[in-house]
Amino acid sequence: MLEITEGSMAVAEAVRLCRPQVVAAYPITPQTHIVEALAEMVANGKLDADYITVESEFSALSACLGASAAGSRAYSATTSQGLALMFEVCFNVAGQRLPIIMTIANRALGAPLSIWNDQQDSISLRDSGWLQFYAEDNQEATDLHYIAYRVAENPAVQLPAFVCFDGFILSHTYEPVDMLTQGDVDKYLPKFAPTERLDAADPVSFGMYATPEYYLEFRYETDKTLKDAKSVIQAAGKEFGKMFGRDYSAMVEGYQLDDAETVIVAMGSICGTVKDTIDDLRKEGKKVGLLKIRVFRPFPSEDVAKALKDAKHVAVLDKNISLGAKGAVALEVKDALYGSSVPVFDYIIGLGGRDVRKNDIREVVALAEKGKGDQFIGLRKEVL
Amino acid sequence: MADKTCELFDCGHRACGGCGAALAARLMLKAAGTNCIVVSSTGCMEVFSTPYPENAWKVPWIHSLFENASAVASGIESSLKKQGRKEKVIVIAGDGATFDIGMLCISGAFERGHDITYICYDNEAYMNTGIQRSGATPYDASTTTSPAGSQSFGNKRPKKDMPQILAAHGAPYVATASIAYPNDLIQKVEKAINTVGPTYVQLHAPCCTGWGFESDQTMAIAKLAIETGLWVNYEMVDGEVTKAKKVVRKPVEEYLKTQKRFRHLFKPKTQDAEIAAIQAIADKNAAKYGIDIKLKKE
Repeated sequence: MLEITEGSMAVAEAVRLCRPQVVAAYPITPQTHIVEALAEMVANGKLDADYITVESEFSALSACLGASAAGSRAYSATTSQGLALMFEVCFNVAGQRLPIIMTIANRALGAPLSIWNDQQDSISLRDSGWLQFYAEDNQEATDLHYIAYRVAENPAVQLPAFVCFDGFILSHTYEPVDMLTQGDVDKYLPKFAPTERLDAADPVSFGMYATPEYYLEFRYETDKTLKDAKSVIQAAGKEFGKMFGRDYSAMVEGYQLDDAETVIVAMGSICGTVKDTIDDLRKEGKKVGLLKIRVFRPFPSEDVAKALKDAKHVAVLDKNISLGAKGAVALEVKDALYGSSVPVFDYIIGLGGRDVRKNDIREVVALAEKGKGDQFIGLRKEVL
Repeated sequence: MADKTCELFDCGHRACGGCGAALAARLMLKAAGTNCIVVSSTGCMEVFSTPYPENAWKVPWIHSLFENASAVASGIESSLKKQGRKEKVIVIAGDGATFDIGMLCISGAFERGHDITYICYDNEAYMNTGIQRSGATPYDASTTTSPAGSQSFGNKRPKKDMPQILAAHGAPYVATASIAYPNDLIQKVEKAINTVGPTYVQLHAPCCTGWGFESDQTMAIAKLAIETGLWVNYEMVDGEVTKAKKVVRKPVEEYLKTQKRFRHLFKPKTQDAEIAAIQAIADKNAAKYGIDIKLKKE
């Protein structure tokens, strides 16, 4: 049923429909509306979960780790500094192969303090072993939660996942969203049945330490599993499409891509602005297209290379920067295209909530066509 | 009642000979029995008991990080509650993980009132990383980060009073125990486990490597700590001290002289003022907990 609802409310409702048994979260802007809504659902009996009001994000994810290891479906949500505080736990959750789902309402990292959107937070955890999904709009943000649980809990995967949506830009925006029913979700998402759990009737150990004789193999297996998860993601996305009409089988999505000479690569809500700009540019006769990346981990290198092989210019929009190097998405795209002659330019854009407008996208396209890139967009030179 | 004959902490682990913490784990599991889930912090015990693929724990066991054992335990307890399962959740962590780096998580777990038992094996320094001082290191102990030297007598501060801090959180049961008194230790851990809510037991567990004594002296030294009043075995129920082990106290030198960490108080010359300061700590303990047995004059 189509409802006009705030992004955070839509996400909270999707999470409720996934029936998490343990929710542990700590308030941080702009994630708060999600965890407040979940608390209210628990208080009113609409969500049968234990809600742990932890004293920090560090404990939020640690509590989820314990709950998941004991056999419960666990959920948390955070952003920015909160996610940074979870850094150590994030690696640990993935290493212990616990399929926790966490919503990231993407926000910049300080200093300077900023509560506004970019994607530095989740991008900075790209090496932690979590799957990373990025939503363009609130419909996608809600749908990706069902898909994320289904993929993460698949016995062939058993890895955690971030569902990322842009803080404020999506989390606090009202949009029409088609909400599934409990019956729909129950049909799509089987009950959590982990192959191993903490159980006095059948004792196992989690989190033993590994000597140099074993550590390398643990890392290899986690990496291989994450890469192999691509086929599970595609199958789960396809099945979702069959059941509910919205197909998420592709890890990347093209817009006006077939004959595009200049292709913009982007993740998250900025894709909407890019599409609108492309519509304008197409009317002016410019062959511009978009490649949207929905899944950043595992990174769909082959899909990206295939989609970009005929482009004359590739312009990557990065709402993050690996300081001292480039934006993280551009680095991946360059790696995917290594050996080809397609030029890839990186544009750092929209950091700390700086509004990205159609004119900014036009500027990017013009720069790429001139062969100029690897720069910030929209710098206010008067304050430098 | 605990089955004191059961052995759930297996032999063959890699602790040093004479390790007080290994004995603490063994005794603790006699109190817990099989119907429990153990959460370990990073530290000596985690390392000597679980080098993959070997494992000393015959009960379900999880280790995540150094500082988050009580948060992990919170999540497990929450999960068990939702599933209607009845296993007891027990944390076992060293003094560094408890007094210092894990303080935030412990405070949160106790304030929220989870039904968990937190056991701290207190060997009074960071032993796993090479004997650095912690908030549990006693006054004047020489460690690798509080070394005695020409300008220092070692650690400058007395032990942090963790039991009082956790009692102040409203913990219904808080106790201290020592491996020197195994039956008392088992009884207290059992009582903690069977008390609903967050409970805390702090176990004195001498470390021959870190404190500097022969491995056959662990029990004797643990006992001397009690007999000098530098460690007091007591129980607190709902914040009130209900029981403390009484002793005929010996002078603190008898304890200090047995360990290399206090050697600088006796060599090259006896540091009377420092020893008097340590004696004052023992006297204060004795007065606070009322542990002195008054001998009748003949």
